[in-house]
Amino acid sequence: MSSPSPITHSLDPAKWIDNYSDYLFRYTIIRINDHEISKDLVQETFFSGLKSAKNFEGKATERTWLISILKRKIIDHYRKTNSKKGQAEVRMNFYNDGENEGDWIEQRVPQSWDNEVEKKLENTELQYQIDLCIEKLPKKYAMVFRMKTIQEIDTEIICKELDISSSNLWVIIHRARMQLRKCLEENWFNN
Amino acid sequence: MFKKLNITCNQATTICDKSQYGNASFFDKIKLQIHFIGCKICAMYSKQNVLLTKLYKIKATNIKRKQDSLCMTYQEKEVLRKEFEKQNV
Repeated sequence: MSSPSPITHSLDPAKWIDNYSDYLFRYTIIRINDHEISKDLVQETFFSGLKSAKNFEGKATERTWLISILKRKIIDHYRKTNSKKGQAEVRMNFYNDGENEGDWIEQRVPQSWDNEVEKKLENTELQYQIDLCIEKLPKKYAMVFRMKTIQEIDTEIICKELDISSSNLWVIIHRARMQLRKCLEENWFNN
Repeated sequence: MFKKLNITCNQATTICDKSQYGNASFFDKIKLQIHFIGCKICAMYSKQNVLLTKLYKIKATNIKRKQDSLCMTYQEKEVLRKEFEKQNV
């Protein structure tokens, strides 16, 4: 019995920029949220693609193949932001040892909000304030938070794309939400 | 048995955050409700968290509406094209 011959795809680098730069750029900026960095990663993807074009086996489409290169660039970027010194500080909200371990630190206890909060949710300035608060998060927290909460990407996909475990993801989401909550409270919801 | 039901505020708020994404287990939710009986702060956190989820949902909708128009500028693409052609010889 002969197996059906699979379709083989080919590469046409001369058309990459016209055909894929927007697609790759959008894919990146959704995750990175930085125009310049996204642009650079797209460029690096095309360059890497050229260099490794000889390894292309034709099993995937050109676009899928380019995306797989881009995904590696995004992971590298994520790891770099992870290890960079001087990144935004994460404030502790709970005691992490002693007899009070796991309890709220008094200064970080949530405050009550005014009763009108629900009516304000659509406010344009508040929507803008969310961005400002996300910017204050450590970059990797911001990235995971955006992917999970704003882009609503599945947990498994995020974990795979960033090469992190799901428990790691939930710790990041928890800390990010804590910090965002505090930031929004101080700037908007304070009673 | 009762020890298992006892959780810290840190654990309670973690469950609370997970449940905002439909990711907390049934047992987790029970532990959370028991914790709320004795902890008004976490109960308030939980209520506020629901509002925040609503807020982020609105944000998500707004962003997704604009997303399709995200792209590099014409000039940026031309620069990229020149750089690329240098490599592709």
